[in-house]
Amino acid sequence: MSSVSTAEITENWIEIGRVDDIPRLGARVVNTAEGDIAVFRTAEDEVFALRDSCPHKGGPLSQGIVHGKRVTCPLHDWKIHLDSGEAVAPDEGCATSFPVRVENGMLFLLLVAD
Amino acid sequence: MKEKLILIGNGMAGVRTLEELLKIAPDLYDITVFGAEPYGNYNRIMLSPVLAGEKTIDEIMLNDDQWYVDNNITLHKGRKITQINRLAKKVVAADGTEAAYDRLLIATGSNPFIIPVPGHDLEGVIGFRDIKDVGVMLDISKQYRHAVVIGGGLLGLEAANGLMQQGIKVTVLHLVNTLMERQLDSVAGKMLCTSLEERGLEILMKASTKEIIGKERVQGVILEDGREVTADLVVMAVGVRPNIELAHKAGIFCERGIVVSDTMQTYDPSVYAVGECAQHRKQIYGLVAPLFEMGKVCANHLGQQGFSRYQGSMTSTKLKVTGIDLFSAGDFTGNEDSEELIFQDAANGVYRKLVVEDNKVKGAVMYGDTIDGSWYFDLMRDGTDITDFRDKILFGQAHLGDSGHGDENRITMIPDTAEICGCNGVCKGDIVKAITDKKLFTLDDVRAHTKASSSCGSCTGLVESLLAHTVGGNYSVAPHQKPMCACIEHTHDEVRTVIKDYELKTIRAVMDFVEWNTPDGCSKCRPALNYYLVCQWPQEYSDDYQSRFINERAHANIQKDGTYSVIPRMWGGSTTPAELRTIADIADEYDVKTVHVTGGQRIGLYGLKKYQLPQIWDRLNKAGMVSGHAYGKALRTVKTCVGKDWCRFGTQDSTRLGIDLEKASWGSWMPHKFKMAASGCPRNCAEATIKDFGVVCVDSGYELHVGGNGGVKVRATDFLCHVSTPEEVIEYASAFIQLYRENAHYLERTAPWLERLGLTYVKQRILEDEQGRKMLAEHFRVSQQFAQQDPWEERAQGKDNHEFTLLKQVG
Repeated sequence: MSSVSTAEITENWIEIGRVDDIPRLGARVVNTAEGDIAVFRTAEDEVFALRDSCPHKGGPLSQGIVHGKRVTCPLHDWKIHLDSGEAVAPDEGCATSFPVRVENGMLFLLLVAD
Repeated sequence: MKEKLILIGNGMAGVRTLEELLKIAPDLYDITVFGAEPYGNYNRIMLSPVLAGEKTIDEIMLNDDQWYVDNNITLHKGRKITQINRLAKKVVAADGTEAAYDRLLIATGSNPFIIPVPGHDLEGVIGFRDIKDVGVMLDISKQYRHAVVIGGGLLGLEAANGLMQQGIKVTVLHLVNTLMERQLDSVAGKMLCTSLEERGLEILMKASTKEIIGKERVQGVILEDGREVTADLVVMAVGVRPNIELAHKAGIFCERGIVVSDTMQTYDPSVYAVGECAQHRKQIYGLVAPLFEMGKVCANHLGQQGFSRYQGSMTSTKLKVTGIDLFSAGDFTGNEDSEELIFQDAANGVYRKLVVEDNKVKGAVMYGDTIDGSWYFDLMRDGTDITDFRDKILFGQAHLGDSGHGDENRITMIPDTAEICGCNGVCKGDIVKAITDKKLFTLDDVRAHTKASSSCGSCTGLVESLLAHTVGGNYSVAPHQKPMCACIEHTHDEVRTVIKDYELKTIRAVMDFVEWNTPDGCSKCRPALNYYLVCQWPQEYSDDYQSRFINERAHANIQKDGTYSVIPRMWGGSTTPAELRTIADIADEYDVKTVHVTGGQRIGLYGLKKYQLPQIWDRLNKAGMVSGHAYGKALRTVKTCVGKDWCRFGTQDSTRLGIDLEKASWGSWMPHKFKMAASGCPRNCAEATIKDFGVVCVDSGYELHVGGNGGVKVRATDFLCHVSTPEEVIEYASAFIQLYRENAHYLERTAPWLERLGLTYVKQRILEDEQGRKMLAEHFRVSQQFAQQDPWEERAQGKDNHEFTLLKQVG
């Protein structure tokens, strides 16, 4: 969750639903003009957004099992850090991450790569 | 202020401990390392290849100076600690350097034993222990012609081979009549001897050294029996002694080694010891794998996690002499209660001996073809009862002939370009390079770095062999059973036991009870736990949806492009024109790219979008079709032939039987996928003998077969028994399924499960214990009452709607 100016917040943050719309240790998909974005919710109710495409072979990360602050891609078991989008070593690669924030239980997504 | 940790001994065991510690607690200590040798940490077991000229010193460095800098570790190279002052909690080096510690780790390794014969202190008499020794050997081999190696054990033979590669004449003096007598029996020892002699090594047996002669430099060795051997270099390789002098002087309790507990602590709780200097449960280890195990446990305690225990290691040995394959593990000599199983083919240079006691493998010696060494080792470690395959055990597991691997069996013969892992396209050369370059020591390391053996696992045996070959004699595994995953120390069986005994009924409860290391597990342990709870508490447990793999959440099989497949159940492989018409209509309307007949006698629709699934399921439901569970660790299909209704050979109504079996068992979650078949006669057109449970109808009734599968490793079923009625078939099938469900590890199919437990055990539970069988069948029936709800129908009616819809459509 990067720091952004107030102007940006009012102008570009998109409301995408409620935190409770995403199951704990789960994910949902936001479809945008530039493709799918996976929005994850951890056991601690932290929320992260990544391009829904594994850096390995493009697997849909939104369909993976979430554990801690990681998700395991359903196709070939790569593990991805939810906060940075980086693959867990020794694998190498990165899924683009997007700023997402929670306000009064509502989710807001900024369609600018972190 | 951070606590101070001092490591004495800059070798593999100590530094590995630091690496493990940095992984779990990178900022806990100010770390200082004292090493007597003037180098960084290098791979001592690779000294033989350096001597043989197959590797350079640079190639065997594990941690260079930069590594210490990067990790804020103060390294004192070439500073030997001479005193530990436990009262003042400080160490003193030979040059007077002092350093204080809060915790101290001793990893001083061992010293070569020098036999105190006259002349042992002449110039040119050395041990074989470190880079310096190798340097001396290499120098001498450039100027002189004759070397003598005293000791025909593992280390001595590696030294001799290395020196021989440098082009000088080498004589090995061995005290007894068998080379490597601590690892080999006389037959294998003889084969090794012949093979080494063919390479030009001179080997003298029953050679007891009386005196080493020479003026200043060594000139020769005189034996007790009067024989005399010329020598410009004498390498003593008769064994090593744990280097305990420092600890002993400091009053730390030592026997042969520094005595440590299961937490690697000495009798002084702020002092730890790992590696070859440590004595754990009376044992001293000199191989790499046990040292690394110790390091991991020690780091766990230094890092204040405090839950690991070291419980000893079972080790195996391979010789690092290129072109010689030998393997030895456990008790290979046996005693009056044990028996020997021997396979010997002198012409092909192959020898295998297993020592068996109470139908369990106690030890193994192999020469020539050692590819099955890891299998025998597993059997030994797991204490597997071999009664059921005793007659075939010497021929090996043949796991390397699995699909995708042709008939490769001698790892040394395979070219670098040969593909080892067919799933991930990894060649032998890639794996060897990764092992060497990235300094990998374990199967898990190789999997993580190369992906080899990380998918279907059929090449695991090959990868293990490659690892053993590349790392050399020191690759071995610990004796304890494999933990469930990296999140937990406990085994599958242990976790299942506490779930049952302590009536744990949620994943959270299990994780809290056995103290999981991670906040909410991982993608390996959570699905396993969820299954164990479903199986144990069918009525009460509420399925943890987020702990299921996507296929079992979406009730469809995810495909490589993120789309899904839909495969409705066709009971016993039978269908109707109306069902087919519905499937055809759906395929048309949804523009289905691929319609395919599956291997389990059903029709699959491929390439569907997730949001389309509930609509399609609704259509199928209305035509009377339900989920085929083709995506789950569950009952898949019951394959049938047309049976006696049509077939002129049919003996029983096998199609009806197949349908009844499927009706009884559909919807049940299993440790892995589960397939059945019923054939109407012994021609077995339904291929019942490669199914988890197969029925072959005969005129007198029904033959029941268990534990087969096609796939990676084809296994034909074992014959269980013959029964007379279809009702009995259902009862036996239910009992077998329930036994498998309650007993197998998650993701273990019936074939490996049966091999692990033994058919004898299954027969005891299903055949001999009638009451027990009926109970198992009843348990299955009860659990099915809660399992047999069509997941497609529920979801077509709106359950888990969030799974099939977007959170938001933007723009």
